Amino acid sequence: MATTLQRPPTAGASPPVTLRRPRRRREALAGYAFVAPSAIGVGVFVLVPMLLAFGLSFTSADGFGRTEFVGLENYRRMFADPLFTNSLKVTLLYVGAFVPGLYVLALIMALLVHGDLPGRAFFRAAFFAPYTVSLVVVGLIWRYMLADRVGVVDTVLRRLGVEQPPSFLGDPDLALWTVVFISIWFFVGFYMIILLGGLQDIPSELFEAAKLDGAGYVRTVFSVVLPLLRPTTFFALVLATIAGLAGLQAFDLIFVMTEGGPANSTSLGIYYIYQQAFRGNQFGYASAMAVWYALALIALTGIAFWLTKGGRFDSADR
Amino acid sequence: MTPLIVEPALNSRDRSRRRRGLRISTALAVVLASVLAFVQLFPLIWMVSGALKPSGETAGASLVPSNPTLDNLVTVFTRIPFARYLLNSVLTSVAVTVLLVGFGALAGYALARLRFPGRGLVFGMFFATLLVALPVILVPLFYVVSRMGLTNSYAGLILPVAFTAFPVFLMRQFYLSFPTELEEAADLDGAGYLRRFAQVVLPLSAPMLASLSVITFLATWNSFLWPLTVARDSDLWVVQVGIASFQSQYGGEWNLVMAASLLAAVPTLLVFLVLQRQIIESVKASGLKG
Repeated sequence: MATTLQRPPTAGASPPVTLRRPRRRREALAGYAFVAPSAIGVGVFVLVPMLLAFGLSFTSADGFGRTEFVGLENYRRMFADPLFTNSLKVTLLYVGAFVPGLYVLALIMALLVHGDLPGRAFFRAAFFAPYTVSLVVVGLIWRYMLADRVGVVDTVLRRLGVEQPPSFLGDPDLALWTVVFISIWFFVGFYMIILLGGLQDIPSELFEAAKLDGAGYVRTVFSVVLPLLRPTTFFALVLATIAGLAGLQAFDLIFVMTEGGPANSTSLGIYYIYQQAFRGNQFGYASAMAVWYALALIALTGIAFWLTKGGRFDSADR
Repeated sequence: MTPLIVEPALNSRDRSRRRRGLRISTALAVVLASVLAFVQLFPLIWMVSGALKPSGETAGASLVPSNPTLDNLVTVFTRIPFARYLLNSVLTSVAVTVLLVGFGALAGYALARLRFPGRGLVFGMFFATLLVALPVILVPLFYVVSRMGLTNSYAGLILPVAFTAFPVFLMRQFYLSFPTELEEAADLDGAGYLRRFAQVVLPLSAPMLASLSVITFLATWNSFLWPLTVARDSDLWVVQVGIASFQSQYGGEWNLVMAASLLAAVPTLLVFLVLQRQIIESVKASGLKG
């Protein structure tokens, strides 16, 4: 612990390292030993389940230990199941509204706190604050706020003269958009910080140059900031799409707020799978549906990996 | 915070017009930011207000309770075993954080610094699982865990979520940009790899490990899906599962539901208030270098 930052005075002073065979073998052994716990853990609890999903999807596994091979039956059933196709539609609507909404709002927030705004430390913290509480708590708070008749939103709307305020969680035409709104409300601070990191990497001289050229703020954003922010934008969009598809934030909200209803209007794919597995004990069928989502995610990951040459999201332009 | 602007000589009319434009746009920005801040903060404030209201006052739009009371918080502890849920949450979150950060740093270091055959392959495996989200593998994961006999146990709550590729990836990136001189100095003393890691590398990565730990702790504390799935026995429920079930029992009593929510949120809100800067910095780091 006594080793503090006393660097050798010159970089060239490190002694020549001769790589003899025993040393190399010792290094390899240490490497395997260091990697082993994480590799085994990820193997057992991530890789094996990924592969097992395929295996289970060809069976009638029911969670009570009965497992029979049924071939492609689950896949056939999937496309005949209107609730499954409904859940696909809901998922696409959710992602399609969530990702752009999230990005635009996060960008506005990032631009606001990036400039010399008075009180920007406060604003940054305020924008980020919802992200620090759990989604269960978020779901409960919004249920309370949106409750028909007793909720604060309903009360305020009535006072403003709206005679029949909409039921934000009870109306099948509104419930999904309410969940999208709350997801964005929760997550926007996180993406604001990611975009802020990208903004801070843009040399400030470029802003000044644009200003001297007489470009207005909006023009500067579109012709200077956005092009330079492209790698960060790309990263944020990929991350948000995957989070949306996988139901990372939506599952908890839907579990607490709507349970997929009303009229299955918020039954995201991931929630429907959960219901089939743990309410209906249809492990095989649920696995077949999960395989679909897994394939979509693997494809997305592969595309992201390929486009970024191995996960280097910010190397393209530098 | 504006960098010094080197303006060309402008005549005074131009300059004052520019300054006025600047003032108006700053005012607009403040107004916009205030509206957004209100939207972001109001629900959290509403939760606190609701938790302090007596049962007759929960309907309506008054922010300040006329007769604020702490009874709701006490009632939560008496109606459900909330203390037990808190204990389970603390145990789980601490254990997951220690395992995830400790083994993640170890593996990340090996992948960045040690040469061994198959290193690329191992890294590829981690990368392949980097974006696999829990909901997608939930069913087969539950299947694996129940075959291992770990459902309804602390091991089942902790182990399946204590190994992910993310910290490995993050720590590898960190160690790739870590100065090598010190390790080489330790090498001359003949220190073994584990000793070198524990005595030289770990202390120097303390800030990084600390911020990763804070983020991991918050994420585990707030997680719901896995604890919900793996623990049917209510003795093993964590806070998030406890308040979700509390809501389904006492749904109409919003003051109690908000009190339970507040109790679940207080630890994370406190951590955020105290460590705000570090949390934001580590989110930034995880986003950009990831």
